[in-house]
Amino acid sequence: MKMFRIIGRSIRDAFKSVFRNFSLSMASILCATITLLVVGISLIIAGNIDNATKSLEKELNIVVYLDKSATEYDAMELKSKIEAIANVEKVEYKSKESWKSEMSEYNPSFGTVFENYEDNPLLDSFVVTVNNSKSLDKVTKQIRELELIESANYGEDTVNTMVSVFDVVKKTTIVVLIALIFVTAFLISNTIKLTIYSRRSEIEIMRLVGGSNAAIKLPFVFEGFVIGLLGSIIPIIVIVYGYIIAFERLDGHIITDIIKLISPYNFVFIIAGIIALLGALIGMFGSLRAVRKYLKV
Amino acid sequence: MKFIELKNVNKTYSTGVTALADLSVEIEKGEFVFVIGHTASGKSTFIKMLYREEKPTKGSVIVGGVNVAKLRNRKVYKLRRKIGVVFQDFKLLPKLTVYENVAFALECLGLKAKDIKPKVMKAIEIVGLKEKTRSFPHQLSGGEQQRVCIARAIVNEPKLLICDEPTGNLDPETSKEIMKVISNINKDLKTTVIMATHDKEIVNRMKKRVLLIEHGVLTGDYLKGSYKSHENV
Ligand SMILES: Nc1ncnc2c1ncn2[C@@H]1O[C@H](COP(=O)(O)OP(=O)(O)OP(=O)(O)O)[C@@H](O)[C@H]1O
Ligand SMILES: [Mg+2]
Repeated sequence: MKMFRIIGRSIRDAFKSVFRNFSLSMASILCATITLLVVGISLIIAGNIDNATKSLEKELNIVVYLDKSATEYDAMELKSKIEAIANVEKVEYKSKESWKSEMSEYNPSFGTVFENYEDNPLLDSFVVTVNNSKSLDKVTKQIRELELIESANYGEDTVNTMVSVFDVVKKTTIVVLIALIFVTAFLISNTIKLTIYSRRSEIEIMRLVGGSNAAIKLPFVFEGFVIGLLGSIIPIIVIVYGYIIAFERLDGHIITDIIKLISPYNFVFIIAGIIALLGALIGMFGSLRAVRKYLKV
Repeated sequence: MKFIELKNVNKTYSTGVTALADLSVEIEKGEFVFVIGHTASGKSTFIKMLYREEKPTKGSVIVGGVNVAKLRNRKVYKLRRKIGVVFQDFKLLPKLTVYENVAFALECLGLKAKDIKPKVMKAIEIVGLKEKTRSFPHQLSGGEQQRVCIARAIVNEPKLLICDEPTGNLDPETSKEIMKVISNINKDLKTTVIMATHDKEIVNRMKKRVLLIEHGVLTGDYLKGSYKSHENV
């Protein structure tokens, strides 16, 4: 009960203080706004790159054609051998018959061509999926070493470079993102320190009359929470509308048709949620760090 | 065990200054004790030992059965709740009214609003400020501000009231009134009072126990003492 009253009082005081010391709070809020905006944009970039990489990686299969002499029994045996290779996720068998019917269905003129042959001219094949695009090369080489393999190939080189470029961009964005979060926390904590500096006599008195550390810290923690949340409003609006408009203007993809943007609904709301949460958390930890200085803990 | 018991207390600050040297003293419940001495003799340091603002370098400081020298920083607030402290500078919050300043002490402790009100009103009445509950500190005289501080110090009904030169900023007439308030609290509420002061007149008039500290050493302990008993100070 006592704790609830202390919490209630802390929330009340937090709002009071934010508005009473508005110019100082404004500095913290602005600081949060700017960095959260950059954080939000980085999140959008990182999310889209991640999405593009994943969808590209999904298309990176190894197509294996079997030798003409391979029997169905050989095929089954080879399948289990390929499955045993490290990093292989899935091996799909596609017989030459199913290729034939699929192609004929796709274009009836293929059907007439096939009819001119006595034998099916196509080859049995496997489509091999790996769990990690980096292992494509190694797995392909291992498959080629097996018997009764006509050929084993994977995606074009362009796709490959794209994936590795994305990988670098993604990692850089994440590093920048983490650095930004720390910088924001640090900046907010310093601006909140100014607010707290002007209230150090209040903290001193609280300590003197026997306020527990929690009771002393709570108002400041809530204040940081409020500041962080207020600071996230503009970034959220800019990012939600900005992304929806950008998505429509770009027709949902960027540079080439293959690189699809994540469709805005849900995605922007998730990003908005993350920004609000980050703002609140950064504000809380920032002010906790600031108030520590005035407490002998 | 006595209410307050200091045993072989040494205090050396991080600067290397030894402010208290092998100080031992006992104080009973309900006593009124003055602490006197030259400037920089260690009076404030002695006071700070009692409410655990500073820890002794050596020795033990027992207040109400607890060795506060061993008290963790996190637990200090429990001690503070049983002690009222009054300073020369009043340490009032300028944006709060008299009532709010006194109530602040109880709000920090999470008391219910309806329990806070009667306690605050009683404390304000004891110090004689009933007419000024809605005033802000800058609207009050020095003496009145010090009354507010005393009200805040006693609002939680502490067993011990510690004062560090409470009349240091006040003229003799106002000082006398403040001393009357403090001595009434000692008499009526049976609150133990320990008070560091420079004010000869007050000490001489009150005829209470006097502890003399010189260069961090307790050199005199006089019941019904006065400054006269050691003219050199
Ligand atoms: N926080 C501190 N850090 C370092 N030295 C200190 C500290 N506080 C006090 N001292 C030193 O300890 C000695 C005793 O100081 P103290 O404040 O106890 O004296 P005092 O008797 O209260 O003096 P006054 O009558 O002027 O208030 C002084 O030499 C002072 O410089
Ligand atoms: Mg002093």
